[in-house]
Amino acid sequence: MSYKEYQTIRGIEGPLIFVEKTHAVSYGELVKIRLENGEIKLGQVLDTSKDLVVVQSFEDTTGISLKSSVRFLGETFKLRVSDEMLGRIFNGRGEVIDGGMDIVKGEKVDILGSAINPYSRMPPSDFIQTGISTIDVMHTLVRGQKLPIFSGSGLPHNDLALQIARQAQVKGQEGSFAVVFAAMGITHEEAHKFIKEFEKTGALERAVIFLNLASDPASERLITPRLALTTAEYLAYEKDMHVLVLLTDMTNYAESLREIGAARQEIPGRRGYPGYMYTDFSTIYERAGMIKGRKGSVTQMPILTMPGDDITHPIPDLTGYITEGQIVLGRDLHRKGIYPPINVLLGLSRLMNNGIGKGKTREDHKEVYEQLYTAYAEGNDLRGLVAIVGREALSERDRRFLDFADAFENRFVKQGLYENRTIEQSLDLAWELFSMIPEHELIKLKPETKKKYYKGFKGGE
Amino acid sequence: MNKGQQGKIYRISGPVVVAEGIKANMYDVVFVGKEELMGEVTQIKGDKVVIQVYEDTTGLKPGEPVITYNEPLMVELGPGILKSIYDGIQRPLSVLKEIQGDFIKRGAKVNALPRDVKWKFKPTVKKGDYVRGGDVIGEVKETATITHKILVPPGVEGKIKEIKSGEFTVEDVIGVLDNGYELKLMHKWPIRKPRPYSKKLPPEVPLITGMRILDGLFPLAKGGTAAIPGPFGSGKTVTQQSLAKYSDAQVIVYVGCGERGNEMTEVLVEFPELTDPNTGKPLMERTVLIANTSNMPVAAREASIYTGITIAEYYRDQGYDVALMADSTSRWAEAMREISSRLEEMPGEEGYPARLASKLAEFYERAGRVVNFNNTTGSVTIIGAVSPPGGDFSEPVTQNTLRIVKVFWALDAKLASRKHFPAINWLQSYSLYKESLADWFKKRAGEDWSELMDRAMAILQEEEKLQEIVQLVGSDALPEHEQLKLEIAKMIREFFLQQNAFDEVDAYSDIEKTKLLIEIILWFNDEAMKLLEKGVRAKDIIAMKSKNKIIEIRYAKDYKKKAKEVKALIEKELKELAQSIHS
Repeated sequence: MSYKEYQTIRGIEGPLIFVEKTHAVSYGELVKIRLENGEIKLGQVLDTSKDLVVVQSFEDTTGISLKSSVRFLGETFKLRVSDEMLGRIFNGRGEVIDGGMDIVKGEKVDILGSAINPYSRMPPSDFIQTGISTIDVMHTLVRGQKLPIFSGSGLPHNDLALQIARQAQVKGQEGSFAVVFAAMGITHEEAHKFIKEFEKTGALERAVIFLNLASDPASERLITPRLALTTAEYLAYEKDMHVLVLLTDMTNYAESLREIGAARQEIPGRRGYPGYMYTDFSTIYERAGMIKGRKGSVTQMPILTMPGDDITHPIPDLTGYITEGQIVLGRDLHRKGIYPPINVLLGLSRLMNNGIGKGKTREDHKEVYEQLYTAYAEGNDLRGLVAIVGREALSERDRRFLDFADAFENRFVKQGLYENRTIEQSLDLAWELFSMIPEHELIKLKPETKKKYYKGFKGGE
Repeated sequence: MNKGQQGKIYRISGPVVVAEGIKANMYDVVFVGKEELMGEVTQIKGDKVVIQVYEDTTGLKPGEPVITYNEPLMVELGPGILKSIYDGIQRPLSVLKEIQGDFIKRGAKVNALPRDVKWKFKPTVKKGDYVRGGDVIGEVKETATITHKILVPPGVEGKIKEIKSGEFTVEDVIGVLDNGYELKLMHKWPIRKPRPYSKKLPPEVPLITGMRILDGLFPLAKGGTAAIPGPFGSGKTVTQQSLAKYSDAQVIVYVGCGERGNEMTEVLVEFPELTDPNTGKPLMERTVLIANTSNMPVAAREASIYTGITIAEYYRDQGYDVALMADSTSRWAEAMREISSRLEEMPGEEGYPARLASKLAEFYERAGRVVNFNNTTGSVTIIGAVSPPGGDFSEPVTQNTLRIVKVFWALDAKLASRKHFPAINWLQSYSLYKESLADWFKKRAGEDWSELMDRAMAILQEEEKLQEIVQLVGSDALPEHEQLKLEIAKMIREFFLQQNAFDEVDAYSDIEKTKLLIEIILWFNDEAMKLLEKGVRAKDIIAMKSKNKIIEIRYAKDYKKKAKEVKALIEKELKELAQSIHS
């Protein structure tokens, strides 16, 4: 099929190109822009009418001029998906960049995806063991969940994400597991680290990697997560695989969204971000889940850095309203040298209750979680008081909880980068810590549970 | 149906399509493009009309046809609504699944009510009776709990010329009026137009929710309006779902407006298995779900609230008490903002359209307890969740909502992080129905109901002040009776206000149990104060173990028996304490 080429560009503003006197161009159609030097750039139709078509370029607009020509391809952005993608590395537009052959097998699929009919969804309930005590015991991840990591600049969220990707498994079902990794606006250095790590642990074979680096154009960044999710959906729903999707960094994605919105002269919402950012986020985050009658699943772990560590900033805020909980990294813990610096008091997993307990993890899981939380929260509160009145002014009971909070951070939260704890080990560790507190103070644990697992009061440290 | 007029697409920008060549009225339904995507007229500019399209517009081209029949967007009202799950424009998701598969695709035209199901119709009028709009002409047993009253559509009247009895589909003619009007089990109604009623009644009957803090301290009236604002993770959805499960409305309309897909699925899985504490039947028998999740088209999200409220009004017209949960109205407001910005309208605060306040007011005003044209009494209670960005209540949606609603249940992230659930802040929340409902509670719950609740509230307020001092100097510096007061406040918080939505027994607390719990805590308060006067130390009273058993009443199936046991234990320990000072 041949396409008309137009040389009717009327203007260019930021990533937007205005073209007139075209045929009837459809909304969302893909566009090729040919520069005078023969270079080709890719774009998409944002607004179309009889008189004027607005094209958004996915690439840098440097070099585009009124003399450049435009070709409308008559189809929307599609990605060719097949199982050949496993082990391969792509750029943020879906082109192979690992030096290997292009993907030729498979069907081309629209990258925007469609919403899963809520009637077809299956409630997620399979426990995923990440080998990280805080996550497994206190923010339990289940298959089909979307659980983001809220981090701050300079915190080890990438290490944590890699550790999860390395260790995540469902009891008794180790096979057919894949990782889809989408990097948005991260530095070359970080990208290199991810790939090296994937290669080192042999995880690359079962991974699909999309890289949009900090130097790549902002509008391309809006496509990258959708390519990743289109691939994930294919692997999950057509190839019965359990797919973990890591998206990093959603903050860079949101910045691009704001940049494009500003270029389109849209009315901004909070802090300059577009008013539709919630809807836009949801078209990414909601592409997680399980479907009745299909074997695979898409589990999502988006990573974002909270600007100024502010959890009320629009990016973490809107994310938290869509995702099913959040894992929050804390700078205080990081300063204390604790890895992973997960602040369990701010974190949450909304689907946890469906994935824990007898037959899934262990019968005492829920009670242990509640007791750990309560005891740590109490100890943590007391730290404020100690700063004012001094440790000596506290009662013996309070001092025990204070010590518990320290021990919780140093033994339960803290673990090695390559330390993979089973859920049983994590729960047992919790019981060890409970021995720092007399039995009658452990009010969240039922008597019969204590009888079975409590190792007796061993006094302070 | 008329033949309709055909025009052409002029421009497409996201969910907004501009068409030319048709004459339309505001809010007429328009079918856009070759796939006939449904949309609504939202602006008329000279010879062009601006349409908000309920489905994804990718692939539409200028020049493609648009058709309008000059009719507004309507819902189908008749038997078969209950137990359904619809999208924002009343398409049943179960049917969409059958014809489209697991993913929602566009352009589907399906009937809201099944056309092949036959309902057993029993007429309650006879030939020669004169009927007006809103009158009941017969009944259909819709679900195990709801008998569907078949109504004469508002605006229609005449003498019954013929009326049938037997099994009919919703489209069959079941009767004819002398003016030739054909009566059916179903009729249609435009979603943006409130259904008429005879007169509004004052809010004198409470909607019993089974949640102690709500029934006791911040009661909601049947036909009233309430807002639940709160940041993420504070338990909005859990609270809304608890209300949908346990409140004593007869019909529940649950609108999941721009929220999570998995949450709607959870409701779908859970509700058929849970029983309604008021009827003992599965909860689904009285429920209709409207699910327009966050990633479904934004224009349909805007419509979903109206679809929900129209269905609610229809059951109200049949004489039922209906409760509508909207989760969340912020997403609805955002949908308006998104569309308004595409229409290039002048924005108000934070980019929201300037009409935000009036739209919210119009919506909440459709609540009310009314006398219907058929002389029955029905009500629509609206409970709207609000999701303020960053948990900041000063934002436009929260503020405009608070100006209208009479009950404010403020969710608090701090309480949630301390695992105090429901995380409703007792100092920030309020109910303006307390006065008008006082009589009802007096009659049903005893003369002392209001007094008990007021005392509990007073203690909680005092706690707040005392806490400030404790923060500075520690609790030991407080006088004895204030130390005790702090303990009582803690008991009220932990034994009365906290409620476990995931515990089979504790999840629902009837008003008797609610009263009993607060009674026993306040009784303990009085007894303890007496001991204090006698010279017992506050710390010894606080250390009493038996008083902590009050929490067990919450979890006991036979709570009256448990309360007696606990009270006896406390009495015993109190007596021992009293004796200890003499020896």
